[in-house]
Amino acid sequence: MLDIFDMYHSWWFRLLMVALALNIIACSVHRLSTTWNIIFNTHPSYNTARFKKLSGNIEFTDNRSPDELIKIYGSIIAKRFGTQKIDKSGNGYFIFAEKFRWTRLGAYIVHLSIMLLLTGSLIGSLLGFEGYVNIPEGETVNKIRLRNSRQIYPLDFEIRCDDFKISFYDSGTPKEYRSSLTIIENQKPVLKRDIIVNDPLRYRGINIYQSGYGKMSAEKKPVVDIKSKKIVLNITNHRTGMTYTKELLIGEAIALPEGRGRFLIKEFLPSAIFGGQNIGSALIGILTGKGSDPKKVLLPLRFPDFDKMRNGHFVFYTANTDSLLMTSESDMANRYYTGLQVTKDPGVWVVYTGFVMMMIGCFVSFFMSHQQILIEIHQTGGETRVLVAGTANKNKTGMNLRLQKLSRILARQSYKQH
Amino acid sequence: MNSSLLLSITTFVYGLAAVLYIIAWIFKKPQPGKTASWILIIGAVCNTAGIFLRWVESYKLGIGHAPLSNMYESLIFFSWTIVILYIVVEHRYKNRVIGAFVSPIAFLAMAYASLPNISDRIQPLIPALKSNWLIAHVVTCFLGYSAFAIAFGISIMYLIKQTDKTEKIRLLSSFPNLEVLDELTQQMVVVGFLFLTGGIITGAVWANSAWGTYWSWDPKETWSLITWFVYATLLHARLMRGWHGKQIAYLSIIGFLAVMFTYFGVNLLPGLHSYAK
Ligand code: HEM
Repeated sequence: MLDIFDMYHSWWFRLLMVALALNIIACSVHRLSTTWNIIFNTHPSYNTARFKKLSGNIEFTDNRSPDELIKIYGSIIAKRFGTQKIDKSGNGYFIFAEKFRWTRLGAYIVHLSIMLLLTGSLIGSLLGFEGYVNIPEGETVNKIRLRNSRQIYPLDFEIRCDDFKISFYDSGTPKEYRSSLTIIENQKPVLKRDIIVNDPLRYRGINIYQSGYGKMSAEKKPVVDIKSKKIVLNITNHRTGMTYTKELLIGEAIALPEGRGRFLIKEFLPSAIFGGQNIGSALIGILTGKGSDPKKVLLPLRFPDFDKMRNGHFVFYTANTDSLLMTSESDMANRYYTGLQVTKDPGVWVVYTGFVMMMIGCFVSFFMSHQQILIEIHQTGGETRVLVAGTANKNKTGMNLRLQKLSRILARQSYKQH
Repeated sequence: MNSSLLLSITTFVYGLAAVLYIIAWIFKKPQPGKTASWILIIGAVCNTAGIFLRWVESYKLGIGHAPLSNMYESLIFFSWTIVILYIVVEHRYKNRVIGAFVSPIAFLAMAYASLPNISDRIQPLIPALKSNWLIAHVVTCFLGYSAFAIAFGISIMYLIKQTDKTEKIRLLSSFPNLEVLDELTQQMVVVGFLFLTGGIITGAVWANSAWGTYWSWDPKETWSLITWFVYATLLHARLMRGWHGKQIAYLSIIGFLAVMFTYFGVNLLPGLHSYAK
């Protein structure tokens, strides 16, 4: 009842996901207003006492007046921090500047990305499917079986497996599984492509993956090599109706009656294609008439009268088709089937957007911070004292290092002017 | 010279560096520490060369691929990332005691790789691993793991150091102070978290291009998510609840145990990733 083995699709797991989503939304909304006010505050104010208490503060002196220094410092700070504010105090100035306010949104970017992941996976589980199908070489399917419900799911098109090949390394481990597939719509082949693991075929939003293979099982039929089987061939003269009977093996040639040349059974095909259709197992003959080029003759075992269509001088007809079919079917036991995973997931782009946002959000959250600095320039006795103070909402140590660098630059500026 | 020999040498070099770091810490002598740093760098050079040589050897065998495809190769790469990251930390924080707690992890990973039940043969890639995502996925995951390994070492140091309230124990006086250890744990966790996130994402994208689902709840995926949640909890506890010190150290240790289970324990369970044996 708890669907432990399929918990991803169980009611309680979805409930948990919804609860998680609500929690993140609630927390984020709750805090967002505060964050929003900090980020979009058009009149930033600062608390001088708070800055003066900070631990990383740096002080130095200069012998020019605050009025001279404020010009130099103003432009340096403006270059490094976007917004700045200069206020006059009793005997000098305050420069307040800040940057990267927006990085306070980092956590929201991350949380939003989690919402996208949940939404995307929900879209996928509601509108997509995940199924599989095994297709023997040469055969065509138009439905698949769904992985979770085990139901049959019809496709809008047909998939034909023209060929399956497995190759091995010398050590015997598999190197590549390759299926040659043809997509057929309205009886017409519309797309032909080989797929291998990690290189699927995508057609009309449906993805077809190489995921397995196997051999057709040879249920109880004796395994007899078709090559050792005598083929009984009836050869009928199309006009006179005269019939001759000959016996031959695959690969063997005979002289035709009436001095009409030679006939060779070239090979046996477990699945022959004629006019884009799979017509099952067939013999391929080569007819070499006197003084004419060799011609291919197709003899499908399941359609004995097929050769009439050719309108030749002789009609070739395999007399022992049943016995040949028996043998060839046991031979077909050596045929492979390809195992395909067939999926559709319209939510995947939402999920990928979530991935990108999560990386950006994590980076912003961890490595960027909202930085504020306050520089006080004031006259005491014959010299000017400069105080550099600053803080960040994250990584205070890093901020102190930045302050040290900034004060070195400011102090050097003063020194150069001497 | 072949890569296996070079990597065995690396194991011994790391072992030597670890011993010297520990001696330098216990006897408070600077010289063994300096030597340890140099030896560790030599180890890192051997380790790097070993990885490249193995890469070259695989091409010579006609089955060329980056050496990131099985348990042996991943352990070698794991040690390498730990050592490189540690060298950066040592350089920045100028403290070698951390080495006494981190370099043994790199040594143990290498030593584990040389156990007889872990094959060091260069194997050809099975079809499932033939993807450019393999490199992106493994590199990001292991950078994450090694940052967590260093955070783990530092958290252990934190827990030892904080028992000494009066700061009288001689052995602990050379440790960086508690704030630094705490800060360093946090930084390593943050780096690890970013890479683990990247690792899970690249893994998902890869799974989608190989099997047609970006997530299938196989044990390794599930455990990497559990690990991710442990560290997400740590970061939230710190950022939201202001947790510091001991609590963070415990969470970082729990997180690293989850990493170890994701890495090793899960191979005992069946799943898509069991080829990583
Ligand atoms: C992946 C990286 C994540 C980062 C960097 C991150 C960061 C943060 C930050 C900075 C806050 C404080 C927000 C603020 O100050 O306005 C926060 C709050 C929160 N986060 Fe995350 N988060 C992450 C992932 C997650 C995940 C995976 C979850 C849930 C499974 C989550 C759930 C929450 C919740 C519920 C809060 C609000 C807690 C409260 O207000 O007490 N976060 N997060």
